[in-house]
Order: sequence, then C-alpha cells, then structure tokens
Amino acid sequence: MLQYLAKRIGRSMISLFIIISVVFILLRQMPIEGYFSNFDKLSDLQIQNGLEQLGLLDPMPVQLFNFWKELLLEGSLGNSITYREDVPVIDIVVEKLPYSIKLGSMAILLSLFIGIPMGTLMARYKGKFFDKFGTMFIVFIQAVPAAVYFLFVQLYGTLALDISLLFNEANPKSWILPVISLALGNIAYYAMWLRRYMVDELNKDYVKLATAKGLSGNKVMFTHVFRNAFVPLVQYLPSSFLNTIIGSIYIESLYSVPGMGGLLVQVIKASDNNMVQGIVLMFATVGVLGLLLGDLMMTVLDPRIKLNKQGEGR
Amino acid sequence: MSMSIKDHMSSKLENNIQDELFKFTTFDEAAAEKTGYSDYSYWKATLKAFSKNKVAVFLFFVMIGIVAFTFIQPYLPNQIDPNLVNNNPLTYMPYRNIKPGDETFILGTNSIGQDLWARIWAGTRTSLFIGISVASVEAVVGITMGMLWGYVRQLDFILTEIYNVLDNIPQTLILILISYMISPSVGSIIFAMSLTGWIQMARFIRNQILIIRDRDYNLASRCLGTPTFKIVIKNLLPYLVSVIMLRLALAIPGAIGSEVFITYIGLGLPSDVVSLGKLINDGRELMMSADLRYQLIYPTIILSIVTVSFYVIGNAFSDAADPKNHK
Repeated sequence: MLQYLAKRIGRSMISLFIIISVVFILLRQMPIEGYFSNFDKLSDLQIQNGLEQLGLLDPMPVQLFNFWKELLLEGSLGNSITYREDVPVIDIVVEKLPYSIKLGSMAILLSLFIGIPMGTLMARYKGKFFDKFGTMFIVFIQAVPAAVYFLFVQLYGTLALDISLLFNEANPKSWILPVISLALGNIAYYAMWLRRYMVDELNKDYVKLATAKGLSGNKVMFTHVFRNAFVPLVQYLPSSFLNTIIGSIYIESLYSVPGMGGLLVQVIKASDNNMVQGIVLMFATVGVLGLLLGDLMMTVLDPRIKLNKQGEGR
Repeated sequence: MSMSIKDHMSSKLENNIQDELFKFTTFDEAAAEKTGYSDYSYWKATLKAFSKNKVAVFLFFVMIGIVAFTFIQPYLPNQIDPNLVNNNPLTYMPYRNIKPGDETFILGTNSIGQDLWARIWAGTRTSLFIGISVASVEAVVGITMGMLWGYVRQLDFILTEIYNVLDNIPQTLILILISYMISPSVGSIIFAMSLTGWIQMARFIRNQILIIRDRDYNLASRCLGTPTFKIVIKNLLPYLVSVIMLRLALAIPGAIGSEVFITYIGLGLPSDVVSLGKLINDGRELMMSADLRYQLIYPTIILSIVTVSFYVIGNAFSDAADPKNHK
C-alpha cells in the first residue's frame, strides 16, 4: 500500500513537472506585447532592453531554469504587468480565491444533495416517470453547451428573483444563481453515473440473495446497492470538487464574480502574460491534484482494490 | 506388424469405395438454403435496432434536413448576404433591430442591420463544419493512434506516459492557450480542439484492442499468415464501431459548445466569419431588453436542436451497433 502511494504520488509529481514546463514553454511563445504595459509608446530599442531585463532573450532552457528557481526558492510567479502593474501574481490570486472557494463549495454541496438522491431514485424507479424525466434533464444538460443554458439561467433567474444581472457580495440573493449554474452540470453528472452504476449492481447475484432473504426493497437499495455503486463515483469527486472551487471561468465572468475564473478572462483580455501564465499553471496543478486525490480515495474506500499488485491506479 | 495392419485396412477401404459418392450432382438452390443459413447481417440488425428508437429516427431526419438546408439556403431566391449591413434606400440609415416577421427579414435584423435569418444559417454551417472537422480528426488520429498503442507493444510505454501528461491538463486551458497564442481562424480553432480530443478515443481503442487482440480467432488469423493490417481492419475495427460512433457523435456538440465558450472569452473567430457562438454572444449583449431577446433566442434554438440531436442519435446508434442488443 505504502509503496503504491509513494509510486502514485511520485508519478503525479513527474507529470506536474512536465506539464508546468511544457505550459511554460508554450506560454513564452505568447505575443511580446503582453510583457509591456505601454507597448505602443516604446521604441524598438526600449523593447529590446525591456525583454533583456525580463530575461526573455535568454535561451529557453535558461528561462525554464530561472522560472523553476524562482518558483521553488521564492514561491514567486512573477509580477502582473498590465492588469495591476507590479503587484505579485500570487497576491492577486490569494485575494480572489475566497470568492471562488465559497461559491464552489456551496455548488458542490448542492449538487451532492440533489444529484445523489436523484440518481438513486432514478435507479429505484427505472423506466417509470421519474426516471424518464431525469433522463431528459440529463440529456439536456449534457448535450446543450453550458455556455448557452447558463445565459438563460441568468436571464430568467434574475428576472424571477428581481435582482441585478451581476454578482453583488452584500446581497445574499445574488449568490443563488451562480451557485445553481455551477451545480447544474455536476448534478446531471452525479445522477447519470450513480444511476448507471446502481442499475449495473442491481443485476448482480448479491442483490438477488438479499431480496431472497426477505429484505425490503429500500433496505437492499440503500445498504447494499448504494454503497457499492458509490465507490466508482468517488474517484471523480476530488476532481470535480477542486475544479469547481477554483472557479468556473465562464460563470464567474458572466456574473462578474471577483474570483479566479473571471480573473483569467480579464487578464487574457488585458493580455497580461505573467498573469495568464500564473493562473494557467495553477489550474493545471489543480487538475493533476484532483486525479491524484481521486485515485487515493479509491484505494482507501474500496477494499477490493489491491493496487500494489496491479501497480497502476487507473 | 503395424505396417501389415495398415495395409490391410487401406485395402479394405479401397474395396469399399462407392463410386456414386464421387459423382457431380446438379445444383439445387432449395437444398442449399436448408443447411446452416442465417439471415443475420450486422448492419441490417443495427439498422433495425436503431429504427426502433422513434425519437432518434425523428431527430436523425431533422438533422439531415438541417444539414441539407445549410447548403441549400444561399441558393434560394431573395437571400441576403449574412455580412451585408442593410441600409434603408430612402434614409441611408441601416435597418437596425427590425423585429422578426418582416417581409424582407424573416427573423429580423441585428443591431447593425444584418439579416438574422441569413446569419443563423451561415453560423450553423460554420459551427457544423467545425464540429464535424474536429470529430473527423478525432476519429482518424484517435483510431490510428489507439490501434498502434494497443497493437505495438514497444509503443505502449511511451504513449501511456504521453497520455498521463495530456490527460492531466484541462482541455479548456489548452483551447484558451492555443487561441491566445495564434490568431483565431476556423482552422486554428479546429486545430486547438483536435489537439487533445483524440487522446480519449485512442485510450478507449487501446483498451479494447488489448482485450481482443489475443482472442482465438485473431490468433488463428495470425497463424494463417493474415497481414496485421488486414487483421486490424477486418477483425478488430468492426468490434469498435459502437464505441467510435458514440464518441464521434458526442464530439460534435462538444466542439460547437467550445466554440461558443471561446467566443465569449474574446478569443473567437474573426468578425467576418459568422458562427453560432458569435450570434449567441451578440444576442447575449442585448438579452436584458425584452424586445431584442429574439436575437439570442433564435440562434439558441437551432444550436440546441443540433446538439441534442447529435447526442441522442449518437447514443441510440451506439446502442443499436452493439451486437448484444441484436435479437
């Protein structure tokens, strides 16, 4: 077990190292305008000097080495250029993160509270009205691009609640719509997979045995089937949790929530290369971390998985 | 001694040969039908199973109608160029925000006086083109890489490592990065979306290939000297039709949705290329005034029909293509 954990964590670290390096090299191909706050007014000589000062004319391996040195020794991702001049990227992110975390946690709780009962009931009453209704909802959410139905949630939601279009921290009502929007996709996802896994489990022999022993339908469903069906879902929980709390790019900028996701869109529009780099690297890190935690939770929760023999998590 | 027994037996056999068993008979079609005939045909059974799903069949025809109409529409009489700003010939002012139901502008005009009807069909054409191109790249690259990954043992390690790295980067980020770095065009958007899409397909194919590559019938083919290429095409690919079709049908709505998103964050197509993403984004800016909301709602309706159709058809077809569901 320990050996597996060490191996799995080590592999994630290597992946992370490669990903960050690749993303860094890619990002260094960005248009050079993004390194100056007043690019249009500068002469060619000034631009050359500026690039040299920032170390952007060094060979790529040197740049990469300097980047890692700064990141690991000083914990620094550089300073913002155009978005908020000379403020460290990390400071800006730390300021924004609480909004994303608050919204994201509420959305995840909401989607667990709705998605799990929904999936369970759909499996319990398979083929009945509720199942069909739920399937329609899932098909709609999965097929129609989120970028589209979020607009309608915003449009008719704000009309129904009689609030302004944009997020206002002081008004608790204005938290409702971003949370619902964030939750919709997760609700459909949890409900769909839980239903599918439960239906799979329902066809297995231990369910027949439990029914033959005379257990009631609900008891079979909740004490036997649910626990087995929930395990495969657990693997995705950390990923969806982390991705949600780090902020949805689309929803946050739609409601002008001052969080991480909205920030990325703003700095892209302001072409602030250092900020884009810092935030993208953070999103990538969270992606790797989510998959790692998912695998680790699986090993803890499911006694059937013996990973040290198999040597591979997924 | 054994020799003598054999000789004895063969001579006995020779004496017992009945000449009539070695005569030609006339061909009798009815007799041929009698033995071991089944009218099972994979594609026929698939089609039959698919046609049982009434909703999917209906959406399939809707889809064909829409695709055909996007091509026919520009050649119909009285169509207006989607990028033309229409001016009133008397006042020389553009026809701004004309309501739907107008005689010239069936679905009205947008805020600078362009014909919404023409824009919606041009946009559908662009978005469908992006979606289908991305799906095709995913199919060709994904299937090829997946086959190699599963079939060539030496490649397994390196491709698995590449997968581990690529799979860890959120796809949205790659899309944003590429669009940020290269100036957006239809080609660059297709490129950015295809860059990661194939890897999931390749992984799926690889896992399936690993399961079926050493089954007895493949082993037999190899022993009989069938070339690898033929084994892959004839023995392995048909097994994967259901999975491949499902992933392709889901890739199309996915790509259309990504285009909407990338337009929203300001990295979309140049302004003279109309797409559904652009129309929805233009409509979004006006959505708070109830009078102009039609500019958001019409593009949304067509986008929803297209994406839901592909999703439902894909699921239904992949169920139908699975031999387990054939009776």
